[in-house]
Amino acid sequence: MIALRTVTKSFGRNAVLRGVSLDIPSGQSMVIIGGSGTGKSVLLKCILGLVRPDAGTITLDGQDVTKVERDAFLARFGMLFQGGALFDSMRVWENVAFRLLRGTQKRPKAEAREIAIEKLRRVGLTPDVADLYPAELSGGMQKRVGLARAIAAEPEIIFFDEPTTGLDPIMAGVINALIREIVTEMGATAITITHDMSSVRAIADKVAMLHAGVIRWTGSVGEMDATSDPYVQQFIHGRAEGPIAAIR
Amino acid sequence: MRLLAPVAGLGRATLGLLAALGRIAFFTGQVLSHMLRPPFYLREFLHAVMQIGWFSLPVVGLTAVFTGGALALQIYSGGARFNAEMVVPNIVAIGIVRELGPVLGGLMVAARVASSIAAEIGTMKVTEQIDALVTLSTNPVKYLAVPRVAAATLTVPVLVAVGDAIGIAGGWLVGVNRLGFNSSTYLQSTVNFLEGWDIVSGLIKGAAFGFIVALMGCYHGMTSGRGAQGVGQATKSAVVSASVMILATNYLLTGLFFTS
Repeated sequence: MIALRTVTKSFGRNAVLRGVSLDIPSGQSMVIIGGSGTGKSVLLKCILGLVRPDAGTITLDGQDVTKVERDAFLARFGMLFQGGALFDSMRVWENVAFRLLRGTQKRPKAEAREIAIEKLRRVGLTPDVADLYPAELSGGMQKRVGLARAIAAEPEIIFFDEPTTGLDPIMAGVINALIREIVTEMGATAITITHDMSSVRAIADKVAMLHAGVIRWTGSVGEMDATSDPYVQQFIHGRAEGPIAAIR
Repeated sequence: MRLLAPVAGLGRATLGLLAALGRIAFFTGQVLSHMLRPPFYLREFLHAVMQIGWFSLPVVGLTAVFTGGALALQIYSGGARFNAEMVVPNIVAIGIVRELGPVLGGLMVAARVASSIAAEIGTMKVTEQIDALVTLSTNPVKYLAVPRVAAATLTVPVLVAVGDAIGIAGGWLVGVNRLGFNSSTYLQSTVNFLEGWDIVSGLIKGAAFGFIVALMGCYHGMTSGRGAQGVGQATKSAVVSASVMILATNYLLTGLFFTS
């Protein structure tokens, strides 16, 4: 289980996280919603150690994430970045097999390529994509490659940072369905951050809303639709009027 | 309060400079410590050798040949004031191997390589590729900076050696074709005059300049701000800081090597 307790993080005078507390049980798909600039990506980066929180604790299976052995800790994670973050100097298969070509999970090159092609197939891409460079792919294909890279080493925990941003509704639906299938199939713990309500409905076991630097609300998708919380209602219905200021 | 404003501004600038020096020193320490510990990324190192060493040869060669030629003309016309035209081969040789070869070679590599390293790594930073490296259990300093710094430290002395030879050849071409020197006398004079330490000191400078160029490229790339403007600023800072550090280091090394 991932547990966050009163995590705070400021950038200069801008207090982004002001005491975030949240539990994500193993095997659960948690989706964090919230407006732009509310610190959703910072929260994920704090868990991964890419950003150091100012205060509070983050534990994974009871162990403080700042005190565990980094390589072993990171080997448990996969992440799909918002823009894909594919390495543009490498071919698609080398991106997917990055972790399998070096470090503690290193395999022979041929085997790593085989696994990469299998993962590409898993996300609906044909083997002929393997030898292309990321710049030769469409946005949707890049997301799929990012997804294949995130699952290549079969991690226990997968983070998805705005997985459908910049995609058309059909491609967004395809990515949402893939994420749901993969998370269920692998039994992985997943945290997704998104503004896209169709993603929330397709991916989430549980939803948390981040607002003003704290978790304002948590519950299932059904509870989200039924809640009377004005912040959640304004957000999920995309209303300009309500307690969340439209201009931030 | 307004009277103290310039003092406060000076204090802020000094603190900012000291903080930047501290960050560069810390980054240098990280690079050196990772250089000595496995894993070593041989493929990335060889790629950097090609990018930094091989592809810089044309620009370093062209700079050297024109510098050698211009130097020969200057020394000939300056030497004529006290009937010392015959020192052209000697001064061209010593000027090229001790100073102009390493310094101009270093500056040209700074312009070409520090900028491209900073732009490449800066773009990787703003597109989250560096964060992706971390999540893939790969240390960005070890994977991105160490191969480039090692490659530049090893290849720039080779570039300097090639530049020295081409620069001397530039002086020889001008000396023989425009200034009326006998070809074999010019070359013999050059060979007889140069000492081993003249050449070695230039190569040591080249290694130091290569280290500086790649280090500044990597540092500014990794600390790049957001967006195209951030990457542009990182690129500019990399070239300026590498160039200034090359000139300052050149002065220090020249003092160390030749004034004892």
